[in-house]
Amino acid sequence: MELPVIATTLPEAERYHFDEALGRHGLSLAPISIDTLQVNVGKLCNQACLHCHVDASPKRTEMMDRRTAEQVIAVLEAHPAVTTLDLTGGAPELNTNFDWLVVEARRLNKHVMVRHNLTVQFDGNPQTGESKEYLPEFFARHGVEVVSSLPYYTEYFTDKQRGRGVFNKSIEAIRRLNEVGYGNPETGLVLNLVYNPVGAFLPAAQEALEADFKRMLWNSSSLVFNKLYTIINMPIHRFKESLVRHGGYEEYMNKLVTAFNPGAADGVMCRSMISVDYDGRLSDCDFNQMLDIPVEEGTPRSIFEWDFDGLMARRIVFKDHCFGCTAGAGSSCGGTTA
Amino acid sequence: MANYYESADLARFAEVGTHNKALIDKFFEYYNMATGTDGALSKREKQLIGLAVAHTIQCPYCIDAYTTGCLESGADPAQMTEAIHVVGAVRGGASIVHGVQFLNVLERLGA
Repeated sequence: MELPVIATTLPEAERYHFDEALGRHGLSLAPISIDTLQVNVGKLCNQACLHCHVDASPKRTEMMDRRTAEQVIAVLEAHPAVTTLDLTGGAPELNTNFDWLVVEARRLNKHVMVRHNLTVQFDGNPQTGESKEYLPEFFARHGVEVVSSLPYYTEYFTDKQRGRGVFNKSIEAIRRLNEVGYGNPETGLVLNLVYNPVGAFLPAAQEALEADFKRMLWNSSSLVFNKLYTIINMPIHRFKESLVRHGGYEEYMNKLVTAFNPGAADGVMCRSMISVDYDGRLSDCDFNQMLDIPVEEGTPRSIFEWDFDGLMARRIVFKDHCFGCTAGAGSSCGGTTA
Repeated sequence: MANYYESADLARFAEVGTHNKALIDKFFEYYNMATGTDGALSKREKQLIGLAVAHTIQCPYCIDAYTTGCLESGADPAQMTEAIHVVGAVRGGASIVHGVQFLNVLERLGA
């Protein structure tokens, strides 16, 4: 049994080498499938959160164009094995092709998920002023699965991470989603919430935290949702800069490395998905994409050169940040992996 | 040794077993069972108790460890603040209840 709160130090040579950690545990994480195309349609966001691995903000201009969006749909149409379109950003709804992507993917009977930050319903497009108040009804009409970040069930942690006023707006946005049927098991409209720690620590147990969120959101605001996913803050970009600034990067990495869990590693999301950036470039996951790490050399690296079999034969590219997906109970866009 | 307390020393806890590994292994086994698992009390409740005790024994290692432990078991700063007020109240109460003794002395002295 390991101590829950006391980490041991590792020799320098054993730190941060993910491939070596896999080797020590006899793991070889090859692709299992490509059932999900996770498409990052742009970095524009109405928020600028402390932990954001995309460095998204109201000032970003990167945006997937229509030609690339059409190629995404063409790939989905050509490959029945790719059953899910997972739209992320930034706030993906701020891409001018977002609605079209949803409608076309649903026309192909694909499962569509959107990483919806809730507040965009009220803030709209920070650059054009376009309203996004129609989103709950639009999501419901097209049967989109909504996945939304809510760092905690109280104001303090939520606003600390995502900005002042975000908690109250998020509560109102969940209420609007509930009003059109989201979170009610009888409607089939799925609203899943995402918890990530507000700081350099690991999440609590997913099941226990989900029970807390359900009880507290119901008691305080009569709100419902389906599942809570706990995820680990990835030590890259804005969060890494914050750790380095406060002198906590080494400590956080040691925590992740010490908590390496072979069972969690086996279920990492990169084994069953491909990440597509706003320009159509392919990566093993959204984190690699943000670090400009494409899929393995020799593999088609653009959605315009899509080759299902070639991608299935690739070697997944792992770096030190991958310890963020394998610590404790693991972490993925769908919560724990162990 | 520049300071009696160094935060990096917390991670060296296991080194206390250098000259008797069996004892420290037994201690860690007991420690983890007592503080790190759900039982009749939840892990979160145990971590909040640990945080409160850490403040009353004024152990900086323990305050560091149990602050993290509270967060990693889903507690928030409001709960953690209430926990340390509980020990503050108990400690204060322990002082003030001894006022009965000074009242007894006053009575004995006829004051």
